[in-house]
Amino acid sequence: MQMPPPDENTLGHRAEIAAGLRDLIGDAHVMDDDVSLKAYDSDGLSAYRQTPMLVALPGTTQEVSRVLAFCAKHEVKVVPRGAGTGLSGGALPLADGVTLGLGRFNRILDIDYPNRSAVVQPGVANLTISQAVDAAGYYYAPDPSSQIACSIGGNVAENSGGVHCLKYGLTTNNLLGVEMVLMGGEIIRAGGKQFDADGYDLLGLITGSEGMLGVITEVTVRILPKPPMARALLMGFASNDAAGQCVAGIIAAGIIPAGLELMDKLAVHAVEEFCHAGYPLDAEAILICELDGPEVEVEELARRVGDIAASCGATSSRVSESEAERQRFWLGRKSAFPAAGRISPDYYVMDGTIPRRRLAEVLNRISELSAQYGLKVANVFHAGDGNLHPLIFYDANVPGELERTEEMGGEILKLCVAVGGVLTGEHGVGVEKRDLMGVMFSETDLKQQQRVKCAFDSRQLLNPGKVFPTLHRCAELGRMHVHGGETAFPDLPRF
Amino acid sequence: MLQSLKPGSTGELVEAIEWAVSGTHPLELVGGGSKRALGRPMQTEMTLDLSALSGIREYAPEELVLTAGAATPIAEIEAALDEKAQMLAFEPADYGALLGVPEGATLGGVFACNISGPRRIKAGAARDHLLGFHAVSGRAEDFKAGGKVVKNVTGYDLCKLLAGSWGTLAALHEVSLKVLPAPERIRTVLIMGLDEDRAIAALGEAMSSAHDVSGAAHLPAAQAARSAISYVAKAGAAVTALRVEGIGPSVETRCRELRALFAGHGDGEELHSMNSRQFWREIRDVAPFAGDSRAVWRISLPPAAGALLVAALRELLVAEAYYDWGGGLVWLAPAAGEDAGAALIHAAAAAHGGHATLLRASGDVRAAIAVFKPQAPAVAALTARLKESFDPTGVLNPGRMYPGV
Repeated sequence: MQMPPPDENTLGHRAEIAAGLRDLIGDAHVMDDDVSLKAYDSDGLSAYRQTPMLVALPGTTQEVSRVLAFCAKHEVKVVPRGAGTGLSGGALPLADGVTLGLGRFNRILDIDYPNRSAVVQPGVANLTISQAVDAAGYYYAPDPSSQIACSIGGNVAENSGGVHCLKYGLTTNNLLGVEMVLMGGEIIRAGGKQFDADGYDLLGLITGSEGMLGVITEVTVRILPKPPMARALLMGFASNDAAGQCVAGIIAAGIIPAGLELMDKLAVHAVEEFCHAGYPLDAEAILICELDGPEVEVEELARRVGDIAASCGATSSRVSESEAERQRFWLGRKSAFPAAGRISPDYYVMDGTIPRRRLAEVLNRISELSAQYGLKVANVFHAGDGNLHPLIFYDANVPGELERTEEMGGEILKLCVAVGGVLTGEHGVGVEKRDLMGVMFSETDLKQQQRVKCAFDSRQLLNPGKVFPTLHRCAELGRMHVHGGETAFPDLPRF
Repeated sequence: MLQSLKPGSTGELVEAIEWAVSGTHPLELVGGGSKRALGRPMQTEMTLDLSALSGIREYAPEELVLTAGAATPIAEIEAALDEKAQMLAFEPADYGALLGVPEGATLGGVFACNISGPRRIKAGAARDHLLGFHAVSGRAEDFKAGGKVVKNVTGYDLCKLLAGSWGTLAALHEVSLKVLPAPERIRTVLIMGLDEDRAIAALGEAMSSAHDVSGAAHLPAAQAARSAISYVAKAGAAVTALRVEGIGPSVETRCRELRALFAGHGDGEELHSMNSRQFWREIRDVAPFAGDSRAVWRISLPPAAGALLVAALRELLVAEAYYDWGGGLVWLAPAAGEDAGAALIHAAAAAHGGHATLLRASGDVRAAIAVFKPQAPAVAALTARLKESFDPTGVLNPGRMYPGV
């Protein structure tokens, strides 16, 4: 992975930079020893590692502002980091960069039930928000599978999803406001507790910007009343085609389940060995469909989904009869990644999105690629919204296997784009899919995105080397290339 | 002399903006023309008539995704969705009657102004439904962002930035959006006779309940009396309304439970499908203020503060108001003054954690006062840099939102 070349001048002044940061945020919160730095050398995409030059852990918005202004003044690159659970390398350090950890921002500041919102610091774990409002009957809807550990600030940076985003949306649809600090140290607010913000939608823009536009220092989220009931259906099918038809049938019937997950045979077998969730081992694919809401609605929709499954030739179909059984249906799905870890030395998680109607075709093509590359693939899939998570099994100790895995992963993502989908549904581009951006976007598209980056950070000091395959200088991007006078336009009537 | 450029293709749109840039000829972007009286009046030489860039290009109901030319009329979209029992869940408003112009809102205009109706509290805003777009920037470059699938985090979310940018960044020419199944049944529970404080509290209680309310509005008696629905108009009292949608048995149960919840709060009444649709259209399109010419403000704020804001403003000026979004959206019509009450209203909205937008006023008034909330200096500077990154010579809707942007 090619990263921007380290700046020799910055590296040469490492000690002075550390001293300057210590003056700003205190000795205890700046790390420069190898052992401490090692702990920050990767995020959830552990195939890529880089020890940062320094780690700074500010504790207040003002401190973040001072650190960024200091780094801007001395042209030092900064990589923001939440809990480090991201799967695309968005928090991969730079050899000449300061990793800015937000772990000390760990407080819930305000829970406002009359306005159904909570104001939290970015280092608060996703699940902690739901736990804090649980007793009052509320929850925070987006639930990425790392929700015990991942931070809400990281969720904002990555626009994280989860199994419930088909019905409840991604992070971006569940935010009301943020406070953030720009690379120059300016502190700005976007949104608040109201339903829509004024001016350009900076809240929407910062969400999913992968730590490249600003550092989030406070987040206001929407909290929702918990649905009174949830039930899950576990359905088995003899083919991917039949399972795909069932997904289309459910949506076409006007039903938006809270979650709609597909697992293929290899994934089912892996999790059954791991946790005995009770999945049908004879099925080629299973679907888990969760319905939530008022009791009478859940009962009726469960009946309708059961009918649709039967009409699609389901080989088995069960509705959870208790909360314990519903949890058990989910247990297998939620154990898919650790289960994969049990049966293979290493695995690589992909994250493309495709139009649902191309599901069977894409799964079949992935099987072909699997045979061609000699690498097993298990498919776990947010089928409701078309978000595919193929897990490629490999062994990093076998020379060349990681490279082959990455190449095959790239082929899968190109396939997603070719059928009308996108490179990433919820994990982000980071460094992982950076060099594939050209598959989906033209140079013009990417340059316009980079100009947006320049509007926030004109010297590209904040998390450079992520998302965009080619770094252009902002001055170059800013130039206009219009053929002044060449267009013979005085002849307006032709429009 | 006002002239118009009417590109018939993306290539011609690029050429039109190239021409504008090469001679710095500012353009007013127009789709259906229904929103020309919104925002700050502009000093443009020419209109860029986008109406030819219209038509549904791809609609797969089972994908919940529709792609269309940006100038496709909302009416055409809704007719196509209706055939498949689907809808635009964010319920775009049509301000034609309010502004005294013909109806004719287009997809591009609705997204460019991020206009959402009563269901915003449940389904999200227009911006939440824009999945992807193609547009020509003020650099005369055709570019795209987003995609045609409902879940996508590839690259910056420029859909959000374009939604609500009022045509100041780029001319949209194709949009892909998320559509949703239409509810099988719609009912509205009405509670009569609540004062504004108690009404906002009741709306909040309903929205905090598990009854999945998709509309939460309050009309004081004077505004209720203007409704075309006789139950509402003849109530002779304030009307607090809660919409419940979904499959039949669920809707009936939830209505019953909501009525039980508010049994002690005055008389109850229920609107069925036809009347419900009409009622929420009136709320959406600001019908209570359509019949006169006063200034109309749209104030977005934390829902629980809705009645407090209006009470505070009534200490300072004479105004009528009604509430949507559970109190989080206040429609305010102050008695006419030269500045439409701008200074007081902006200050009060900010003091209550929200922001105000002047939706209806003469061009002179809109030119003289801040139509949108004045921005903090760091945000204003960032806004100007974003504008410059898309439209460095300022040819697209210059000044529509803020001077110089």
